[in-house]
Amino acid sequence: MASAFWCIVEDDRAGRPKKVTGEVLGEAARLARQLGGQAEAVWLTDKATDEGLKQLAEWGAARVWLLENPALAPYRGEVWTPALAELATQHGVQAIFGAVTARQRELLARLAARIGVGLSADSVAFSLQDGKLVATRPVYAGKLLSKVTWSKPPWLATLRPNVFRLEDPKTGATPQVERPAVAIPQGTMTLAERKEEASTGLPELAEADIVVSGGRGMKGPENFAILEELAKVVGAAVGASRAAVDAGWRPHRFQIGQTGRTISPKLYLGFGISGAIQHLAGMRTSKIIVAVNKDPEAPIFKVADFGIVGDLFEVAPLLTQEFKRLLEK
Amino acid sequence: MKILVPVKQVPDTATQVKIGADPKGIDTAGITWIVSPYDEYALEEALRIKEKQGQGEVVAVTVGPERAKEALRSCLAMGADRALHLSDPAWENADSLTVARALAAVIKQEAPPLVLFGRQAIDDDMGAMPAQVADLLGWPCASWIMEETISEDGKSVRAGRQVEGALEIFTIPLPCVLSAQKGLNEPRYPTLKGIMGAKKKEIKDVKAADLGLAADGAQLLVVALEALPPRPPGRIIPGEPAEAVKELVRSLREDAKAI
Ligand SMILES: Cc1cc2nc3c(=O)[nH]c(=O)nc-3n(C[C@H](O)[C@H](O)[C@H](O)COP(=O)(O)OP(=O)(O)OC[C@H]3O[C@@H](n4cnc5c(N)ncnc54)[C@H](O)[C@@H]3O)c2cc1C
Repeated sequence: MASAFWCIVEDDRAGRPKKVTGEVLGEAARLARQLGGQAEAVWLTDKATDEGLKQLAEWGAARVWLLENPALAPYRGEVWTPALAELATQHGVQAIFGAVTARQRELLARLAARIGVGLSADSVAFSLQDGKLVATRPVYAGKLLSKVTWSKPPWLATLRPNVFRLEDPKTGATPQVERPAVAIPQGTMTLAERKEEASTGLPELAEADIVVSGGRGMKGPENFAILEELAKVVGAAVGASRAAVDAGWRPHRFQIGQTGRTISPKLYLGFGISGAIQHLAGMRTSKIIVAVNKDPEAPIFKVADFGIVGDLFEVAPLLTQEFKRLLEK
Repeated sequence: MKILVPVKQVPDTATQVKIGADPKGIDTAGITWIVSPYDEYALEEALRIKEKQGQGEVVAVTVGPERAKEALRSCLAMGADRALHLSDPAWENADSLTVARALAAVIKQEAPPLVLFGRQAIDDDMGAMPAQVADLLGWPCASWIMEETISEDGKSVRAGRQVEGALEIFTIPLPCVLSAQKGLNEPRYPTLKGIMGAKKKEIKDVKAADLGLAADGAQLLVVALEALPPRPPGRIIPGEPAEAVKELVRSLREDAKAI
């Protein structure tokens, strides 16, 4: 089908698609409709589940292309790319969308090279102009936005999590599942070991609706317990500035900013963070920004929607209490 | 072992970038240029592999205008043995894929068993290059690596890539492409001796024709750069901490509906 927008499924490696796939399907469906087309899911996995397939249909996938093969786990670009490229070429799709996740950011780049088309990575908005897709993506660490378009389809793009809306769920929709015959290469790289990170019991940084983040003002690693307390109450992830990471207080994977993670939560709360331009790069697309800093001149207040000038060691515990009181109601 | 490290020259992270007279690009006047920080992790790792093996060669490569020679000079000062400067009108306003094709072509000529990239360049933040080059070469690739060890026999590498919630450690046969994430190492500063020595090291100019490439036309076209939409002005909540916190939570709930 000419105006099919394909969405690569991101799953939890246990047969359940992640919410970000719903966001990608939602945006794809809105765009495809304008061209008289539809959004379809493409799921490469070693094991799909019926609930997972149903979930994709409810999120708006008019069809699910299912490639189920043991060689597809764990994700390896050298295995996924040829399979996906073959499928895409067979069906002449209009667009292929993915999410900005560890595997899909690599996969879509490889796929673009394989098919010989453009890729808009980390897109935050789309529009159709004269039937052609135009994407908006942050550049220069989010200091500017770049509008890009493609010289030919398929239009390949990755979408930043937490930015795009899900469609209203099509409750009870039954998935139309296709199991196409596609060659799956065996691959040359082999997984030796998977080291799980110690679970914090808190959501993943990139997917969290709320992020609580601490900087040099936290004064030491032990004080992050104060932020974890707060995070637990509101279901937030805990991030950090580079100063806190480089001091060895938090692991690298929690760093927010230009040389860390880019996040767009609904609510970002920064404690003892000055708001250096490199930090802002990682969080300035957050919907609501709250800053707590004892220095009224701290640059973070320039981007904050709400600020409290004060000592975080006083403010953070009070905030935890107040949220607790609110959420217990 | 020969290791190739592609690098990109980018504006310093503290630069206030401005849109240029041609809105497709930035105003480059007065910009301080640096080697993209992730590329420094890649170069550092390559130098460490060479030092550990007690032999080998580290080659820095860039695709860029004349000023990009400075970035190569910095790499030579850090310890790279020689550098290749891919500079040609065919690569002006190139998109990722065009640059990837140029790099893949030079890698074919140099035939290193390992190519180490930074995870992304911090100007266009596309992050596509390592994977695209790997695909054009038909090589395996591990992105955002936090650790690596070359096997004793020099035939494979064990590399740990960062994924959501885990580190996945792969055994990958060489040749392969790796991309460096922050945390892989702490890059060294060039020594005075290194800086002096860099002046004598070779930077070879490479043209598109030397690689058998012709201008291929960008696949991704920049329409225009735009300034960020301004954020609505914020509000400093005054008062004693306890009062301020109450008011903050009320505002988050009732005005912002953020919780
Ligand atoms: C190439 C490059 C890349 C970089 N990448 C990143 C990146 O990805 N992410 C990043 O975050 N940074 C990055 N940086 C570093 C950045 O420039 C800043 O140095 C860093 O963000 C500062 O961290 P901070 O705000 O925690 O510390 P500081 O700037 O030291 O600020 C600490 C703040 O805490 C406040 N404070 C202290 N005590 C208290 C208290 N008791 N109560 C309340 N407030 C208090 C102070 O007033 C101050 O504003 C990068 C820098 C470079 C050069």
